[in-house]
Amino acid sequence: MDKRAPATLPEAFEAWFAGRGWSVRPHQRALFERVRSGASALLIAPTGGGKTLAGFLPSLVDLSARPPAVNRPHALHTLYISPLKALTADVARNLETPVREMGLSLRIETRTGDTPPSKRQRQRAFPPDILLTTPEQLCLLIASEHPRAFFQDVRIIIIDEIHALAPTKRGDLLALALARIARWSEEHVRIGLSATVAEPLALARWLAPDAVIVRGAAGAAPVVDVLDTDARIPWSGHTGRHVMGDVYAAIKRARLALVFVNTRAQAEMTFQELWRVNDDNLAIALHHGSLDVAQRKKVENAMARGDLRAVVCTSTLDLGIDWGDVDLVVQMGAPKGASRLVQRIGRANHRLDEPSRALLAPTNRFEVLECRAARDAVSEGALDGAGSRLGGLDCMAQHIMGAACGEPFSADALYEEAVSTAPYADLSRAQFDQTLNMVATGGYALSTYDRYRRIIEDPKTKLWRARTKDAARQHRMNVGAIIEAEMLDVRLAPGRAKGGAETPAYAGRRLGQIEEWFIEGLTPGDTFLFAGEILRFIGLRETDVLTVRAKGETEPRIPSYAGGKFPLSTFLAARVRAMLHDRDAWKRLPDQVQEWLTIQALRSVIPEPDHLLIETFPRANKHYMVCYPFDGRLAHQTLGMLLTRRLERLRKQPLGFVASEYALSVWGFEPMGDVDFAALFDEDMLGDDLDAWLAESALMKRTFRNCAIIAGMIERRYPGQEKTGRQVTFSADLIYDVLRAHEPDHVLLKAAFADASEGFLDISRVGALLKRARGKLTHIDLPRVSPFAVPVMLEIGRETAPGVGAVEAVLSDVAGDLIADAMGDLMGQPVRPKQQGGEDEARLDHRGGDGAVGARLGVRTGQRRNPGGERSGARKSPRRRRG
Amino acid sequence: METELCGVRVRAEPEGALWLAAERCLVVSDLHLEKGSSFAVRGQLIPPYDTRATLSALEAVIARLRPDCVISLGDSFHDVGGPARMAADDRERLCGLTARVDWIWIEGNHDPEIPRALGGAMHADLTLGALTFRHEPLAGACEGEVAGHLHPCAKVASRGRSVRARCFATDGRRMVMPAFGAYTGGLNLRDSAFAEIFPQGAVALIAAQGRVWPAAAERLLPDG
Repeated sequence: MDKRAPATLPEAFEAWFAGRGWSVRPHQRALFERVRSGASALLIAPTGGGKTLAGFLPSLVDLSARPPAVNRPHALHTLYISPLKALTADVARNLETPVREMGLSLRIETRTGDTPPSKRQRQRAFPPDILLTTPEQLCLLIASEHPRAFFQDVRIIIIDEIHALAPTKRGDLLALALARIARWSEEHVRIGLSATVAEPLALARWLAPDAVIVRGAAGAAPVVDVLDTDARIPWSGHTGRHVMGDVYAAIKRARLALVFVNTRAQAEMTFQELWRVNDDNLAIALHHGSLDVAQRKKVENAMARGDLRAVVCTSTLDLGIDWGDVDLVVQMGAPKGASRLVQRIGRANHRLDEPSRALLAPTNRFEVLECRAARDAVSEGALDGAGSRLGGLDCMAQHIMGAACGEPFSADALYEEAVSTAPYADLSRAQFDQTLNMVATGGYALSTYDRYRRIIEDPKTKLWRARTKDAARQHRMNVGAIIEAEMLDVRLAPGRAKGGAETPAYAGRRLGQIEEWFIEGLTPGDTFLFAGEILRFIGLRETDVLTVRAKGETEPRIPSYAGGKFPLSTFLAARVRAMLHDRDAWKRLPDQVQEWLTIQALRSVIPEPDHLLIETFPRANKHYMVCYPFDGRLAHQTLGMLLTRRLERLRKQPLGFVASEYALSVWGFEPMGDVDFAALFDEDMLGDDLDAWLAESALMKRTFRNCAIIAGMIERRYPGQEKTGRQVTFSADLIYDVLRAHEPDHVLLKAAFADASEGFLDISRVGALLKRARGKLTHIDLPRVSPFAVPVMLEIGRETAPGVGAVEAVLSDVAGDLIADAMGDLMGQPVRPKQQGGEDEARLDHRGGDGAVGARLGVRTGQRRNPGGERSGARKSPRRRRG
Repeated sequence: METELCGVRVRAEPEGALWLAAERCLVVSDLHLEKGSSFAVRGQLIPPYDTRATLSALEAVIARLRPDCVISLGDSFHDVGGPARMAADDRERLCGLTARVDWIWIEGNHDPEIPRALGGAMHADLTLGALTFRHEPLAGACEGEVAGHLHPCAKVASRGRSVRARCFATDGRRMVMPAFGAYTGGLNLRDSAFAEIFPQGAVALIAAQGRVWPAAAERLLPDG
C-alpha cells in the first residue's frame, strides 16, 4: 500500500455510492482506513453486508490513482483468493459494475484450473492489476520459474471465505504460500473476509500476525423454528418422510426456499419425497456436488431468474454468491454444528435489516434434541470453534518441493517462513529437517536413495533447488491438497429397462458422478436414486456406470449409506447432553419426545451431567452393551473397534457393533453386565489396541494414501498420463504395509496418524470422551432394551448390506418388536410417570398401538428378525471377520 | 488348497506359492525385486523395503515347506537394473536362498538375464512331468502350463462389501500364478487378457487372510 495516500475515500467513490443511493457502510470505511494505514485486517460480517466490495475498495482506490492501464507497465497489484473457482468468476463479474461506472481503467483477470495454458503463460509474463484465483493456482505460481518477479509488486492480498479455508489442508498450503510471497513483497497487506466465527482472534492471527479485526454490523437476529409436527417422530433414520408434508407447506408459503440436507443421498431422497407430495407442481430443483456441472449451472441460473420455488441442496450451496431471492432456509435433519447452521441461515434474505427465516426439521427423536440445542445456540450467538489446526507435514513437504521448483531457498529461511504462519508456528526444526529430508531422499533410515534425490542443496550457496527439470515438471502436475474420492460417470441409457442386466447398446447421457465405493457394493439389477430419478444399475464399462430408468418402481432398493457426512460438533454435543438432564428443558420438547425421555428415566436412568451411561441387556439370544457418549459417529466407530478388541480378550465373544451420532451398541454371545467397565473404558485403549487396529484399518490406509499423494511420494499425474484412483489405492495399500513393517516412525506415517486422529477416526475426540468419562461411568444392567437404546439398535438393521431385498419391510419388523419391548407393555404395569395425566395416558395407549403394528408386521412376514442376527451388515469384530 | 492340474496334484499355498509335493518343489512367480528403487530412479521415492519384505516372505514359506527345489517363474526382478541396485544385505540373503536349494530362474520379460553371482540356474522354460513352467502364458490351449506374468487378482462381493485379492487362476488344465512380490499389483481375472487363456473361464483360488478360498468363475466381479 502507498502509506502516504490519504485515508479518506476519493470523491469519485463517494459520488458513486451516492449515485446508487447507498452510503458507505461503517465497516467498509473502517476496513479501508485500516488498510490504507498499512495494516492487515480481518473483516467479519454476515452475508449481505457488502463484504466483497469492502474487500476491494482499498485496491480500487489505490489503482484509481494510477495512470490508465495502457500507459503503465504490467504489475500485479491485488491477489484475490477464493476456495471456489466459481466464486472467482462471479466476483470478477461483480467488480465490473463499479469499475465501469467510475470509469476506472483496470486489468482484472481470473485464473483457475480451467484457464487455458496459453492464457496462464501470458498472465505470468504480463500480470493483470487484479488476479482472482484459487489456493492451488497460487501454489503453482510459487512453483513456477521466477516467482519473485511475478509477486514482488503485490500490494494487497484478499482471502475470501477465509473461515472455510483456514482449518483445512488447503489452508496449510495457502498459509505457507503467503509466507513465501511475503519474502518477495514485504510491503503487502492482507484482507480476510469471513463469516461470523467462534474464534475471530485465531483467524486474524492465521491471516497475518498484525491483523486487526473489523466487524460489520450484525444483521437482524434470525428467526429459527424447530418444526413441530403432529406426525409420529421416527426413532432413527434420516429420511424425514414424516415431516415432508409440513416442509412442503412451508415451501408453499415462501418465495424461494433452500432445503439443506447433510448428504447427497439425503438430497436425492428429500427431492423424491417432496415431488411425491408436490400437488401444486411447484418448481422444486435439486443441487449437489455429484450432479453434472451443466445441470448445476442450470439450477443456479433458474434460481437467479426467480423461476424456482425450492432447491434441495447439500453443502454445495453453503458458500458463495447468492443465486436468488431466498427467503426461507429449511434444514432437513440436524445441522450438526451451530456455525454451519448460521452459515446456512445466512443464505436466506440478504437484506440486513430483515431477519432470515429458518426451519429445522429433525428426522428422528435424538435430532429433536439436537435441533433445539442448535437453535438455542444460534439465538445466544454461541458458535462451535473449529479449534486451531496443526499444519500437516504432508503439506509442508509439498510446499518444500514447490519452493525448490520456484526460487531456490535456504533451509533456514524456509523454516523461518513456516514458523511465521499460524498452522506451523509450533513446527520444530527437527520436524522441518525430517520433512525436508523426506522430500529430498524419501527420508528412509535405509538411505539407498541418495542418488535419486528430488531436490539438492548447492554446496556453495547452500540453496536448495529441484534436481532436474523433470522433477519440477512432475511436481507442478501434482500441486494441491484436494484428493477427491474416485468418481465414476453415471450414464443413463435411453429407452426402458427390460428386466435385469441387459447391457444397453450405448452408454447414454451423463447425469453426473458418483463415488466408486458406492457402486462397488451394487450388483447388476439393483436400483438406486440419482439425479432425482430411480435408476437401475446395469453394469460398468471402464469409468462409466451404465444405468437405465427403473420404470414403475417407487422405492430404490439400495437406500445408499445412512451416515451423516458431518459429525456432531463437540460444542453441540455438550449442549445436547446438558439438555438431557435438565428436566425443565424437557417441558419445551414435543410430547412424544418428553414421553420417551420420561420412560427412559423409569426404565433405565438419565445420565448425570458428564457421566457416561452404559446399559447392558439381553435380547433375542444375544447380549448388548449400549453407551451414549454423544460424540458423533466417527468417534463412536473408533471406540467400537477398540471396545470389541478388549471384549474379545475378556472372552465376551463380541459379534459386532454399530455406531450412531449419539450412541454405540456392541453385541455378543455372553452377558456383559459383569465387565469391569472402568477398566474397559480406560484411556490406555488408545495405546496398543489402537495401534494393532490401525495396522489393518482400511480407513488408515486411505488416509495414508492421501498424505502420500500430497507429500509427493505417490504421484497422481505423470506427464502424459494420470493414474486412476484404483491404481493409486492399490499400490498405496502395499506401500503402507511395507513401510509400517519396516519403518513405523516414518514422517508420512506420523502425518497419516495425525490426520486420522483429527479426521475420520476422530481419535482425539475418543481420547477426550474417555477422559471425560473417567470415574463417571454409570452402568445399569437391564432386563430388556431401553427407550434410549432403540434408535441405535435400529441402526443395526439399517447398516445392512445392499443386495438383500425388502430392506424396509425388515426394518419395520425390527422396529416393531423393539419398540414394543422398550415401551409398549408399560401400559400393563402399575408404574406411571408422576407428571403424566389422563391425556398422556391416552398417548401411552397410542404408543401401545405401535406395538400392535409391530406385532402385525411380525405376523405378516411370519418371522422376526433379531437385530444382531446373521444378516447384519454392521462391522463384525476382527476375529470373526477373519473367519 | 489341493487341486489337480493335468492330473498332477498341486497345492495352492496361502502365501501365493504353489507346492508340488511329489517333487518337493516350490513355485513362486513375479517377485519383482527392486521395484521400489526402480520408481526412485524416476523420481518417486517410495519406501525401499519391498525387496526385503519379499525376501522375508520367501524365506518364511521356504522354512515352512522345506522344498528341495524352488522355481521363480520370471520377472524375479522388476527391471534389468534391479540386481545392480540391490542393497548388499538383501543380495546376501538372496544368495543364501539360492545356495540352499535347487534354484531355478525362469526368464521373464522384465528380467531376461539374472547375474550368475546370485546363484541358481537360468531357463527359458522348464518341463517337469506333465507340467511346463514358463513366464508368459502362451495364447491358445496349452495343457499343463504353469505361468505368471499377468498377476491375477479376483474380486468377489457379498452383503455390500467387496474383496479384491491376489489369486491363482486355473481351469484344471493350466494355471496362472499370483504375483509374489510385496509391491506387485494385480490384474482382474475378468480382464480380457485372461479370456484367451481360459476360454471356458477359470476358478480363482484367492490367497487372503492366511487361507486360500476358491471362487467359481461366475462369482467373480470385474473391477468397478
